[in-house]
Amino acid sequence: MNTNHISTVVPAVNVAALKDTTLLNMGIFALFVAVTMVIVFRASRNNKTAADYYAAGRSFTGSQNGTAIAGDYLSAASFLGITGAIAINGYDGFLYSIGFLVAWLVALLLVAELLRNTGKFTMADVLSFRLRQRPVRIAAALSTLAVCFFYLLAQMAGAGSLISLLLGISDWGGQALVIIVVGALMIMYVLIGGMKGTTWVQIIKAILLIAGAAVMTAWVLAIYGFNLSNLLGSAAEAANNPNVLNPGLQYGKTETSKLDFMSLGLALVLGTAALPHVLMRFYTVPTAKEARKSVVWSIWLIGLFYLFTLVLGYGAAALVGADTIKSAPGGVNSAAPLLAFHLGGPLLLGFISAVAFATILAVVAGLTITAAASFAHDIYANVISKGKADATTEVKVARRTVVVIGILAILGGIFANGQNVAFLVALAFAVAASANLPTIVYSLFWRKFTTQGAVWSMYGGLASAILLITFSPVVSGAKTSMIQGANFAFFPLSNPGIVSIPLAFLLGWLGTVLDKRREDPAKQAEMEVRSLTGIGAEKAVDH
Amino acid sequence: MGNEAQPQDATASVDFQEVQQTERFTTLRKRHRSFVFPMAVAFLLWYFAYVLLADYAVGFMSIKVWGNINVGLILGLLQFVTTFGITAWYVSYSNRKLDPIAAEIRNEIEGHQFDKDGNVIRGAAK
Repeated sequence: MNTNHISTVVPAVNVAALKDTTLLNMGIFALFVAVTMVIVFRASRNNKTAADYYAAGRSFTGSQNGTAIAGDYLSAASFLGITGAIAINGYDGFLYSIGFLVAWLVALLLVAELLRNTGKFTMADVLSFRLRQRPVRIAAALSTLAVCFFYLLAQMAGAGSLISLLLGISDWGGQALVIIVVGALMIMYVLIGGMKGTTWVQIIKAILLIAGAAVMTAWVLAIYGFNLSNLLGSAAEAANNPNVLNPGLQYGKTETSKLDFMSLGLALVLGTAALPHVLMRFYTVPTAKEARKSVVWSIWLIGLFYLFTLVLGYGAAALVGADTIKSAPGGVNSAAPLLAFHLGGPLLLGFISAVAFATILAVVAGLTITAAASFAHDIYANVISKGKADATTEVKVARRTVVVIGILAILGGIFANGQNVAFLVALAFAVAASANLPTIVYSLFWRKFTTQGAVWSMYGGLASAILLITFSPVVSGAKTSMIQGANFAFFPLSNPGIVSIPLAFLLGWLGTVLDKRREDPAKQAEMEVRSLTGIGAEKAVDH
Repeated sequence: MGNEAQPQDATASVDFQEVQQTERFTTLRKRHRSFVFPMAVAFLLWYFAYVLLADYAVGFMSIKVWGNINVGLILGLLQFVTTFGITAWYVSYSNRKLDPIAAEIRNEIEGHQFDKDGNVIRGAAK
């Protein structure tokens, strides 16, 4: 068969017919919730100590944790957002996947094992190891909460737009109701299951997501005789634009947009290794060697998945068509579900939609437990009660924080409903790369690094990233801004990374060389020896 | 909860500054840094070279090499290949050059025996 023939018989996907599958979608999703709830209940039996609640008793193997990391990382933004971006903008969507994947090398080479060896539950454990506890913990907890908040908003906003497509609920009230249901489910998972329950939800979701994407990829490739070139040709023809195969369609328009792309690229590659919910996952394994194995597993799974999205994105462009995708409810984010419907009818659509829901649920649960741990462990236990709180009280505080964060996420999700998902995630990456990464790298590798350097770098990175976002076209002054009709956007780029990340590195250095106080060299020696050898690292909990 | 306090107890008497000065530890640190630093610089340079090409050399990236497969796609897929390659290389390097020496130092200080995965072998302590 030749490609020309195939591309002319693209049958239109009847978007209206999707509503008929609502019941099936809900049924498959309900099944997922039921199965995971049972697992969460079983997992919660052993939740006794803080190490159980925050770090799943450090009992997961590297491969289990690696799969859970993939489940945590492959959010709705990756699956729906990147597939949609490739379907509409072609090659420029693919650039996202590359940044998201290469970033894992920073985590593998510079962060994962050293962090596992020196910390206990949170990122702040590592940063405050040899610096003064109070100021560093407060700063690290604040930046953790900020990053989690941006990331949560993105996921909840994604839930809203996904629902409009999959369940045929298009009115604002109905979508708000579903966001409340998603939020309430997530609170239950985290409250009952703690880190162990959350991890199992992520493992199941990662397997379903990767398997679903693999089936669809094989299906699309089979249609084109396993010839990538034919698929690309057909996509270019369906789009009526050969440039979908070339870079620049989305970001190549002006000099500003090119610079914006550089800024995004920087934020993506440096953000991953500083995402608090990814860092926290390294504490769920018994040793640094297992932490390394986790990263290796997740690199393979995530890389494989992004290769699938390349095929799925161009497949959606060729088989569904960019115009149908753009006009469907849910817009760009609907490319993957529509492709599933085209290939396998209502059953595959139901499966893929349930997986997409599960994705949002699992990621939101991971973020919530991270934010709660950071508040309870860093702010409550170490700052407010100055280390005197016992573990039971700390876990109690963490559980209450889960409820508060869950409610905030529901409200934020209702408010952010309709915002671009991949884009909000990119902002979370920029904030993480600016506020956290410089301090993580300095404190692991720079002997002279001081408290003042850490505090300057974290607050400087956090404040500059958030201020630049506030005064960027994201918030005002453009057609797609959050606040319509106002214009206070004096910063031209939508992603702050290119300014805020170098600034945070500079502030960390400046704060250190100008600091009159010196840190304890014995603590530095202890941290360095422990980080490389694993002496005295937190062990797995025996049950 | 006993496990929470155990690490501090086990290492409270260790003079880490002394350990830091030992030849074995400086070798370990040197081996670790001489691998991860150049490798990090290399993959970051290669990634940014790719991003710059995609951003400012659209014509070059659009040259078709084979059918509809162009330079941009090949370089993009090569990013995947190098990421997988560096991962595999680092794992084999750590297994050969870093883990044995780290386990030796740890073993001496904590007085445990470790199996090849770095887990404490029960009953072998002190």
